[in-house]
Amino acid sequence: MTLLQLSRIGKQFGGLCALSEVSLHIQKGEIYGLIGPNGAGKTTLFNIITGLYQASSGEFQFNGNNYHATQPHLLAKAGIARTFQNIRLFANLTALENVMIGRHVRTRAGVLGALLRDKKTLAEERAINARAHELLKYVDIPARTVAKHLSYGEQRRLEIARALATDPLLLALDEPAAGMNATETASLKALLQQIRDGGITLFLIEHDVKLILGLCDRVAVLDYGKKIAEGTPEAVRNDPAVIDAYLGHAHEP
Amino acid sequence: MQNAPEKRLHKLLHSRSFWVCALLLLPFATDALLGHGWVRILDFAMLYIMLALGLNIVIGYAGLLDLGYIAFFAVGAYCYALTGSPHLATAFPLSIEGGVHWPFWVVLPFAALLAGGFGILLGAPTLRLRGDYLAIVTLGFGEIIRIFLNNLNAPVNLTNGPQGISRIDPVSIANLHLNVTQPLFGMEIPSVHLYFYLFLSFTWLVILASKRLEKSRIGRAWMAIREDEIAAAAMGINTRNLKLLAFAMGAAFGGASGALFAGFQGFVSPESFSLMESIMILCMVVLGGMGNIAGVILGGVLLAILPEMLRHSVIPLQQGLFGKIIVDPESLRMLLFGGALIVMMLYRPAGLLPSRVRRRELGSDEMAEKP
Repeated sequence: MTLLQLSRIGKQFGGLCALSEVSLHIQKGEIYGLIGPNGAGKTTLFNIITGLYQASSGEFQFNGNNYHATQPHLLAKAGIARTFQNIRLFANLTALENVMIGRHVRTRAGVLGALLRDKKTLAEERAINARAHELLKYVDIPARTVAKHLSYGEQRRLEIARALATDPLLLALDEPAAGMNATETASLKALLQQIRDGGITLFLIEHDVKLILGLCDRVAVLDYGKKIAEGTPEAVRNDPAVIDAYLGHAHEP
Repeated sequence: MQNAPEKRLHKLLHSRSFWVCALLLLPFATDALLGHGWVRILDFAMLYIMLALGLNIVIGYAGLLDLGYIAFFAVGAYCYALTGSPHLATAFPLSIEGGVHWPFWVVLPFAALLAGGFGILLGAPTLRLRGDYLAIVTLGFGEIIRIFLNNLNAPVNLTNGPQGISRIDPVSIANLHLNVTQPLFGMEIPSVHLYFYLFLSFTWLVILASKRLEKSRIGRAWMAIREDEIAAAAMGINTRNLKLLAFAMGAAFGGASGALFAGFQGFVSPESFSLMESIMILCMVVLGGMGNIAGVILGGVLLAILPEMLRHSVIPLQQGLFGKIIVDPESLRMLLFGGALIVMMLYRPAGLLPSRVRRRELGSDEMAEKP
């Protein structure tokens, strides 16, 4: 079943065409990779499917609903959660608070509940707390530590935990392994596989070729805002267009 | 190990009943020790605390810098003044004879709601602004309200212009009129004392509400917006609605204290709602410790009471030393106040009693909290 279907997405910033006519579809339960040289438009595409940018043209379908111009919180509610290329945690709050905030979209208590602290609100608070602790245990991060005092790899994992707290159908990860060493990357890979086995579809931008090859079911390649290849990692790796995009054209002898 | 008397003292300072008794006896103690003017000063301090706590929701929790906060206080005060005085009846002969005179329990929520509405009115056009830009717009908003109040005596005399509205009903709760001395258990409780207890209970309510909001789903969402608005939106927080809610909640607290102010004072005029007042309340929040309830209360008490102490000490001191008054206490107040702010920013940038989050933000806790 198709979870996310992009049809001819285009995005212009003034005269700059960041994306043109990008179409792709992601099946439920797969790990889909998006690669491309710097400036190819990968993050722009992520920002469109998470509502931070509005597409200039085209639209996308998620879980059966059409989206063209919408707001980030509605997409989070629909089931798309994301992490950011340059980590955007709530830096001065604790790990626990960060993940608890992730539960916001799946909980209901309002001002009256907060002021009156009725049974329902208290039960909900307890559930939020329990779920947050569970997720922190899952990614192995101490609950009481302030986010900005965590190590880089931990911050990345905390961002994933916070995204998981929104109960997503699709988890969009923007360069999750950036800046990680080999050991950290290996444990990240195991974590991502575990998340997929839990039934969550993954969509990731990544530069680490080894990670992409070992993890993704399918890969799309962007270059100058256009999709130039799509397929299994092996097929994409040997695609002449992809080699050209990364290494430049071979000179004619 | 603590020794026994120290332990007992510690226990006493942490028992709720001790504090309740101390606060209940406070007006009598100040009367006996400092003189009769002081309970009135305490009453005003309490109003300031309520205002500072309301502003703390907007600034401390949601991170929205509001320099026109006094406007909501004005809305609440005029709301009480118009419904509780004969002014409307005399200005508009068609309305009810002698004014509407709603009971206190109707006016107070109405004033809070109306001020909350004004909060949304201010919030809606400024949703996309942050920091300095937001501060400038809110500053303008505060001035607009004051200027409206100042000039709305023509073509229709709604606010009676700069003369203000007088003959406002005092607060009366279930036939207990707070403007006259009331007998209780054989004691005579003066009016200012009665207002003290009224304000004390409302301050307690505002503190309770602030505390509960802080540790709730809504409070966490506000903190998320303050920390990183884009990440907050990506986590499914409706940043627009929650920012409006912060403005409305803060404004509602401001409006309620405005209504109490009008009932206490019996008179309102636009000059009580100048920009300087907004800045004073902001200073209470910043000086005490933004985002921390205890800090904000401390800031409110200090800034409301210190000028009075100054007034009571500077004039006699100068007269004793020079035989005349050389420096007016009002200008001395601003001088000391400015100095205090500079010293604060250098040595305690997060406030006298900073919140743990602000402390982390300003990096003075590196040692303490590193795992």
